[in-house]
Amino acid sequence: MRTIFYLIRKEFIQIFRNKFISRAIFGVPIIQMLILVPAVTFEIKNINLCIIDRDMSSISRSLINKLEGSTFFKITNYTFSEEEANALLLRDKCTLVLQIPADFGKDTGTGKPGKLLVSVNAINASTAQLSWAYLNGVLRDFNSGLAMEHTDIQTVSSIPRINIQNRYWYNELLNYKYYMLPGILGILVTAIGFLLAGLNLVREKEIGTIEQINVTPVRKHQFIIAKMIPFLLIGLVDLVIGLLLGKLAFKVPFEGSIALLFLSASIFLIALLGFALFISTFSATQQQYMFIAFFFMIIFILMSGIFTPLESMPDWARKLDLINPVAYIMKINRMVMLKGSSIQDISRDIYSLIIIAVIFTALAVKRYRKTA
Amino acid sequence: MKRFLGFVRKEFLHIFRDYRTLIILFGIPAAQILLFGYVVSTDVKNAGVAFLDLSKDEITGKISDKICSSGFFNRTADLANYNDIDRILKKGKTKAVIVFEDNFGRRLISEGNATLTIIADGSEPNTATLVTNYITAIITDFNRELSGPAAGATTLVQAEVRMFYNPGLKGHFMFVPGVITLIMILICALMTSVTITREKEFGTMEVLLVSPLKPVQIILGKVMPYFFLSFIDVLVILLLSWLVFDLPVKGSLILLLAESMLYIMMSLSLGILISTVSSTMQQAIFISLVGMMLPTILLSGFIFPIENMPEVYGWISSILPPRYFIVIIKSIMIKGSGFLYVWKETLILAAFTVIFIGLSIRNFKIRLQ
Repeated sequence: MRTIFYLIRKEFIQIFRNKFISRAIFGVPIIQMLILVPAVTFEIKNINLCIIDRDMSSISRSLINKLEGSTFFKITNYTFSEEEANALLLRDKCTLVLQIPADFGKDTGTGKPGKLLVSVNAINASTAQLSWAYLNGVLRDFNSGLAMEHTDIQTVSSIPRINIQNRYWYNELLNYKYYMLPGILGILVTAIGFLLAGLNLVREKEIGTIEQINVTPVRKHQFIIAKMIPFLLIGLVDLVIGLLLGKLAFKVPFEGSIALLFLSASIFLIALLGFALFISTFSATQQQYMFIAFFFMIIFILMSGIFTPLESMPDWARKLDLINPVAYIMKINRMVMLKGSSIQDISRDIYSLIIIAVIFTALAVKRYRKTA
Repeated sequence: MKRFLGFVRKEFLHIFRDYRTLIILFGIPAAQILLFGYVVSTDVKNAGVAFLDLSKDEITGKISDKICSSGFFNRTADLANYNDIDRILKKGKTKAVIVFEDNFGRRLISEGNATLTIIADGSEPNTATLVTNYITAIITDFNRELSGPAAGATTLVQAEVRMFYNPGLKGHFMFVPGVITLIMILICALMTSVTITREKEFGTMEVLLVSPLKPVQIILGKVMPYFFLSFIDVLVILLLSWLVFDLPVKGSLILLLAESMLYIMMSLSLGILISTVSSTMQQAIFISLVGMMLPTILLSGFIFPIENMPEVYGWISSILPPRYFIVIIKSIMIKGSGFLYVWKETLILAAFTVIFIGLSIRNFKIRLQ
């Protein structure tokens, strides 16, 4: 026990000797969270809309008025030429083009529906779908307004229809900051722990100081544990800083148990650091480690479900995610912080994390050779 | 010149000697582009929904079957009362609960309307919105079926929609350009900053500096091999995205390659700049990965469109070079537009390169401390 304690002290001295690193491990998360958390949103506003009104009737005019009044759309251009509208799409000057053909006003109300043409810039498929959904919503509204005028109220109200109400629980206003803060915090803690822990061990190999440890009676597991604990503590401190920032700067609610969050975060960090130390035993130079770490980190993060929903992944990718510790912590963070999930709710995720943590740490201890 | 070529040769040998680095260098972009082309998509499939059916009649059965057979949703549970909603949402598998009020079917037929409530898990706002939109669309469809022949009279306006550039609404139209942009800048900046700091950290930089080579030649010699390797990387990625995702380069390939060269050059000079301010490899890696990864993913328009962010972010993201390259690569690859459409972005990337090189020259120290 005393040996581990001394080794940990040595690690701390080594980490904090580098002025840049010792400031950056706490400074970078603070700055990045303050800047990045409010930036990200899937919300769509100010969809740039270009209108080709060949009809110029009172009906087309009232449709345009309705669009102008909507907060989602910004009508940037009016034109009569389709070519010009396409050029605007090409230049990213607008996302939607609404074409109102010449006999639109004449047709509506005569039994045959008035046709409209909509073009969407669909490179970003999800934005395209959402903008089209919003436009369609406005058109539907417009339609039912017209229907009220043209057909008698009797026929309209006699048609049975289902009314839809919707609610968002745990985050009624769909505030994206509540969602992004745990996510960005998780990514930063992951990146810092993963990179520094592994680099630290490989650096000792590269400059040869590991030999000096190898000739001492320090046991393999003591060495690995001593490499792990400092970064575990740093990760937890970063987590505290991040949560405080969330509370003070963004007023992110915290519904669940703080102890549960820290328990899961500690298991997560052991799993992550175990993995980092494991792959560091394969690398001879920091350069090699960095590439392997980069590879896994990008995969872990992009597959963690923070930027894209886990449900949209194919089955094999979701199976792969079973060994992705970041996917677990992202889910747990959100569930505990926003929903107040209890330990029973997340027990399966915690068990999986424990298994991953034990396996990776055991592998790291096993792979580490004291003999050259 | 001969000396310089010899030095470049030495650097190439250095890299090729370590086959592991080489495998990783080509393996990373290839594996990532494949993984993300298949894995990362923003639409919802198989989202879990639960039903709280207080009415349990023929119509509610029909609606829940319609929702479950749409291909977007998976039935996770049938709930018995309101308290179960919180319990099931807290487990996390269920993204939304659909509640039918009591006597749903009877109300619908006798009173002409009935209410269906969608309770979505707002802790994942994007999924919540998508799920709610999909269910709403399914119900709207059902409403149309209900109204039958009377529907014709109430549809006065009908819109036809065309999805430009990406008619299949495929996610990889967005992600392939994004991944190229992200990976190239990170790999280039990492590689250069690390090789140069390595020489500094191990003291071998001094050996190089006392040699007859000029500092500029040393740096150029170190960067040159990476320029070639990164360029081959770009070719590999483009080839893969063509073969695997059927995503050909619509515009001029030569223009795209020239722009990629410029982007690589910009990233390499950023790497040089990082190396001039770092004293250890750890520091260089920290700056190029932890410092740059998140801002590049989040603020460059890779996943999140910049137009939707608060206005200041338009300004903040304008100092991030990846933002411009994403525009260039999307325009050329997907829209097939020519140089006239991207000259501004090209010019900005060139300006970044010049600024980074200028700053590096100012910071570069040829003497010992």
